[in-house]
Amino acid sequence: MNPAVQTTALAKRYGRKWALRNCTLSIPAGKVVGLVGPNGAGKSTLLQLAVGLLEPTSGAIRVLGGRPAEGPAQLQRVGFVAQDSPTYSNLSVQRHLRMGAYLNSNWDQDLAQSRVENLGLGPRQKAGSLSGGQRAQLALALAIAKRPELLLLDEPVASLDPLARREFLQTLMEVVAVHGVSVVLSSHLVADLERVCDYLVILVASQVQLAGEVSDLLSSHHRISGPRRDPRRMPLQQEVIEESHTDKQSTFLIRTDEPVLDPAWSVMRVTLEDLVLAYMTRGRDIGRRQVPQLEMVS
Amino acid sequence: MIRFSWVQFRLQAAVAGGALLIIAVAFALTGPNLVHLYSTIVASCTAHGNCSTATDAFLAHDRLLQDFGNLVIALPAIVGIFWGAPLVARELETGTYRLVWAQGVTRSRWLAARLGLVALASVAVAGLLSLMVTWWSSPIDRVNMNQFTSVFDQRGIVPIGYTVFAFAMGVAAGLLIRRTLPAMATTLVGYVAVRVLVTFFVRPHLIAPVRTTSALHMSSGMSYIESNNGPLGVIGAKPGAWVFSDRIVNAAGHSVTGDFLSRGACLQSRGSAACLGKLREVLVYQPASRYWAFQWYEMAIFIGLAVVLGGLCFWWIRRRIS
Repeated sequence: MNPAVQTTALAKRYGRKWALRNCTLSIPAGKVVGLVGPNGAGKSTLLQLAVGLLEPTSGAIRVLGGRPAEGPAQLQRVGFVAQDSPTYSNLSVQRHLRMGAYLNSNWDQDLAQSRVENLGLGPRQKAGSLSGGQRAQLALALAIAKRPELLLLDEPVASLDPLARREFLQTLMEVVAVHGVSVVLSSHLVADLERVCDYLVILVASQVQLAGEVSDLLSSHHRISGPRRDPRRMPLQQEVIEESHTDKQSTFLIRTDEPVLDPAWSVMRVTLEDLVLAYMTRGRDIGRRQVPQLEMVS
Repeated sequence: MIRFSWVQFRLQAAVAGGALLIIAVAFALTGPNLVHLYSTIVASCTAHGNCSTATDAFLAHDRLLQDFGNLVIALPAIVGIFWGAPLVARELETGTYRLVWAQGVTRSRWLAARLGLVALASVAVAGLLSLMVTWWSSPIDRVNMNQFTSVFDQRGIVPIGYTVFAFAMGVAAGLLIRRTLPAMATTLVGYVAVRVLVTFFVRPHLIAPVRTTSALHMSSGMSYIESNNGPLGVIGAKPGAWVFSDRIVNAAGHSVTGDFLSRGACLQSRGSAACLGKLREVLVYQPASRYWAFQWYEMAIFIGLAVVLGGLCFWWIRRRIS
């Protein structure tokens, strides 16, 4: 199976600012992938490159093995919900569904209709009068009803209130369960990702800091604390991601495939949020060391 | 894609259709009366020879409706500003391009459908309006006999060329500038600039003018122009023609000045054979028969410019935008 998204030395520049630079990654298909990173990491740029709204400045990107937006067939295979889920404010919900039917050859009108009815949206309601959550749901319904193989969602819940956020993610989970579509979802809200994602990619300053199955990541990382110790004296197979020290005590977040046997340590499970924060911090520090003048745009 | 283009365009189409309908009704109600007035006031006066009072009286009718000619001038700018400029710019400005370009239709096809539909509508609107104005004004134009000068760009087929050009200009400006309001302003300025350029620097050279030298022969409807002892000319020599220059020259070929008339034989009897003697009239003009050739040429120029701008839009949306 082709990866959902594969990039090689991908770069995108706006004027003099690099939004994405030397980004090489591979996001597997058949999963719900969370793409997480701080603002300006290049998540949104990456997704827009993947859907063909942007052209790379240099480097290459393949989506499901094809070039983004190369033709109607490729466009058909990828569903996209852009940041803030833009819709035509002067067109009704019904007209939006009509648009989907006109512009997509695999359009599933029944699916779109039932989604909109489930949301309680009146078909004659103008998109401009919808709440942020309803608009996001409408955009998701449009993206799903074209029956894509891959669904790309750019910060779909960032601007929603907690309730709307939960409903949106619930809808998404239903869709994944029923249609088996691959999903790549960018967000900086780790709690939301934890609920829906089974694969995680942490992107900081265009570089992948960590990628893997959520369950593997959680089982291979530990927070350990014990008497103060120099991180350089840690065992080789225990990679230190994060460290903090008091006078007498050291706490490390380590990555290891082997159990931690040293009785001096008390071992705790890590949460996904701990993990993401630790890698984001590390990525930021590395980024600062390497390219101190690096400018980030969101 | 055409069907969705129609969904997005139908409101603007309805407004244009409504406006055309109102104008059509106004013209249908007053047009026949104008023809009637022409046949009673103007056609009969030519028998008596002096028509100036009759034509003045005739031209005083329906002044307000005569101003619809100006609407034909304004239409291209209106279409360029309100149909052309927002076509892509609004999508870019409101972010909806991220919705529509992610559907199963390529950007080029999307643009082709949107551009094609509204361009056709522009042709239809401009053609219909020009047809109505040309028909309604035909009695007035027959009296004025100024088809080449004051109303050339308000009649016939050139308004179609102007409108399609202004539309393409609006779309291109919107696509390049990516914001509706600045694109509208650019469209207006650009359209007016190109029109002025073509009117004053291109149109006179489309066909080489006819140059004739003939014995001076004054007939009714003609008169001298004499300005401050400057060169003497004739007006009204070629009805309906576009006269570039019309000078009176003597046997040596030099221009004759106004004070010639106050000397010798001319002092007593202006216009007499003795006075005019061996004077000749040098005319440089475009004959009235070339009117439609000029109409076709000028329309073709603007359609050609519109095609170039359209090509630029396709190139830009595929290669440059992003």
